[in-house]
Amino acid sequence: MPNDPTERRVVVTGVPRRTRRTSGYHRPRTEIDEQTTLGHTYVRSLMRSQLRAALAVFAILVLLVAPLPLVFAAMPDGAGLEWAVLGFGIYPPLVLLAHWHVRRAERNEQDLVRLVEDR
Amino acid sequence: MNDTYAVPAVALVVVATVFVGAFGLRISRTTSDFYVASRTVGPRLNAAAISGEYLSAASFLGIAGLVLVQGPDMLWYPVGYTAGYLVLLLFVAAPLRRSGAYTLPDFAEARLASKTVRRLAGAFVVGVGWLYLLPQLQGAGLTLNVLTDAPEWLGGVIVAVVVCATVAAGGMRSITFVQAFQYWLKLTALLVPALFLVLAWQGDGGPRHAFDEPAEFREQRVVRVDETVDLKLASPLTVTVSGTIDGRRHDDRRIDLPVGTHRIDRGTRLTFTKGDTVPVADRATNGGMSTSLAAGREERPLYATYGLILATFLGTMGLPHVVVRFYTSPHGVAARRTTVVVLGLIGAFYLLPPVYGALGRLYAPDLALTGDADAAVLLLPDRMIGGLGGDLLGALVAGGAFAAFLSTASGLTMAVAGVLTQDVLPARGVRHFRLGTVLAMAVPLAASGLVGGLPVADAVGLAFAVSASSFCPLLVLGIWWRRLTPPGAAAGMLVGGGSALLAVAATMAGYPGTGTLHALLAWPALWSVPLAFLTMVLVSLATPGKVPAETPAILARFHLPEELVGGRTRAATKEIELWRR
Repeated sequence: MPNDPTERRVVVTGVPRRTRRTSGYHRPRTEIDEQTTLGHTYVRSLMRSQLRAALAVFAILVLLVAPLPLVFAAMPDGAGLEWAVLGFGIYPPLVLLAHWHVRRAERNEQDLVRLVEDR
Repeated sequence: MNDTYAVPAVALVVVATVFVGAFGLRISRTTSDFYVASRTVGPRLNAAAISGEYLSAASFLGIAGLVLVQGPDMLWYPVGYTAGYLVLLLFVAAPLRRSGAYTLPDFAEARLASKTVRRLAGAFVVGVGWLYLLPQLQGAGLTLNVLTDAPEWLGGVIVAVVVCATVAAGGMRSITFVQAFQYWLKLTALLVPALFLVLAWQGDGGPRHAFDEPAEFREQRVVRVDETVDLKLASPLTVTVSGTIDGRRHDDRRIDLPVGTHRIDRGTRLTFTKGDTVPVADRATNGGMSTSLAAGREERPLYATYGLILATFLGTMGLPHVVVRFYTSPHGVAARRTTVVVLGLIGAFYLLPPVYGALGRLYAPDLALTGDADAAVLLLPDRMIGGLGGDLLGALVAGGAFAAFLSTASGLTMAVAGVLTQDVLPARGVRHFRLGTVLAMAVPLAASGLVGGLPVADAVGLAFAVSASSFCPLLVLGIWWRRLTPPGAAAGMLVGGGSALLAVAATMAGYPGTGTLHALLAWPALWSVPLAFLTMVLVSLATPGKVPAETPAILARFHLPEELVGGRTRAATKEIELWRR
C-alpha cells in the first residue's frame, strides 16, 4: 500500500510484483500498461462489445419511441392512448432498458478483467 | 391566492437550503472537495442530487401548464427529459467519469489535447448555462408574483443571492447535500397535494373529459383578464363581455366573436357558459412558461414533435449542470448505477405533472386564456379544495417550486462558475471560484431584467437544441471514434451548435413569421444534430494528420475498468495536487 496519503485507491492484483518481474511471460496487464499491439487489441475488443451493447439498447429505444407520434396522429382516438403511454406507460420500459444495459456493460468489463488478471 | 402560508413555506425552503449548504461547508476543505466532492459520493446520494438538480422550474410548473394549454402532445417534454438520461447512460456515463475531467472543457482538452477546442467548449458551456439560468430566475419571479403580488424581479434576486451564497461557500459538496434534499422536497411537494386533488376529483364524481380535445368549460365561469391579451379563436365564440374587446367597449353584453385574433384589454370580464371551448392566448403578448413555440407546432405538428424528441433525447448529455455531476461518482461503474437510479427517480417525479395538467384542464381552464397557465400547479389546491387545507397544500407546492428554482440554478451556477474560474479568470483557486460564482449569476440576472418576457419553454428548448447539436457529437464521437481530430471537433461544434443557436434566436426575434422555414428554425434539432455529426466526421477525415498521438491511451483510460488502469486517473490526480491549498 502506498504511504502517500493522497493516493486513496489501492491497486489490486492477484500477483505480487516480484513474480511479474522475474517471469519472462508478458501478462496482458503489462500489455495494456505499455500499450503494445496486444494491449490495443484488448481495448478495441472491449470498446466494440460495449458499443454493440449500447447500440442494441439504443435501437430498441428508437423502435419503441419513433412510431409513437405517428400512431397517435393516425389513430382516431389517439389522445386517450397518448395520455396513457406518455403520462405513465413509457417510464417502466426506460428504467428496465437502463438496468439491462448496466448489467450487460458490467459483464463485458468483468469478462475482460478476468481475461487479463488470469495468468 | 392566500399567502398566509405560502410565504412562510418559501422562506422555510430558502432557510433550509442555506442550512443544509452550511453543513456542507464544514466538511468542504480542498479544491477537489469544492469541484467534485472529492469523488466520494455514492450512487444513491448522487442520484438524488442529480435528480434534484435536473427537475427545474420547467418541470415543476411548466409541464403542467403546457399540458393544460396545448394538450397531451406536451407530455413528450417529460418523456424526453427522462429518456435523455438513458441515452446518456448508453454512450457517455462511465467513460465520461473515467476521463477524470472536472468539466466539459476539461473533457475536450483531455481527449483532443487542444486549447482551442477547450475554449470553444467553455464558451458553449457558459452560453447554454446562462440560457438555462435565465428562465429559472424568471420562473422564481413569476411564482412570487402569483403568490404575493411582489414585483417580478424580487423572486429572481432572492434565488440569485441564495444560490451564490451556497455555491460560493461550499461548492460541489454542499450542493450535493442541498440537491439531494431538494429532490425529496420537490417530490413530496407535488405528490401530497396530488393525492388530495385526486381524492377531490373522485369526490366530484370523477369527470373524465379532461382528456377531450380541446379543453372546455365544465360550468359557467367568469374570467377576469388582468393583462391585455390577444385571443386566438379557431371557431366562433359567443361570450358575455363587460370591458373592451378589439377597441370597443361592451357593458355586460352577449356578443359573437368570429374566428381570428381578438385583443382583450386588461380589466375585461368574460363570462363563459358550460361547454364553451377554452380559447388560448396568443404567444406574442405573454411571456409565461407555457407559451411554447406554438405557431411552429400548428404548422408542422409531427415535425415539431420529432424535433422535440431529438433535442431532449440527445441534449441531456450535454447540459453542463448534468455532466458535472458525473465526476462526483467514485468510479465508472458507480456512474452507471447512479444513472439507473436517476432514471427511476425522475421517472417517478414525472408521473405527477401530467396529473396537474389534466386536473387543470378540468378545474382551471381559464388559466390558458389569461396566459397564467404556469400557475396551474400553484393555484389548483385552492381551486379544488379551498379553505385551510387548500392553503396549506398550496404553500407546500410553493415551497417545492422554490426548491426547483434553487436547485437547478445552483447546479448551473456551479458549472458556469467552474468554467469561468478555469478558463477566464487569471488565477485558479477557491477565492477566484467565489468571484466566478458571482459573475456566473450576475449576467443572467441582469439579462432577466433587460430581456423580460423570454418564454421559459423556449429558452429551455433552445438550451437542449444547442446542447444536442454541439456537446452530443463531441461526447459521442470523442468517446467512441478514434479518428476524431481537434479541427473536426471545433468545426462540428461551431456549425451544429452555432446554427442551432442562430435558428432559435431568429425565431425568438420573430423572423420569419410563417411557413416551412419557420418550422425548420423553431425546431432546429432535426437538421442541426445530423449536420453537427456530419461536419465533425467529414472534417476529421479530411485532417487525418491531426489525430492526437495519445488517442489510443486516452480511449483505453475511458473504457477500461479502473482496476486495470491502476485505479486512478493520472491527469486529474495531478491537477488536484496542483490546486490543493
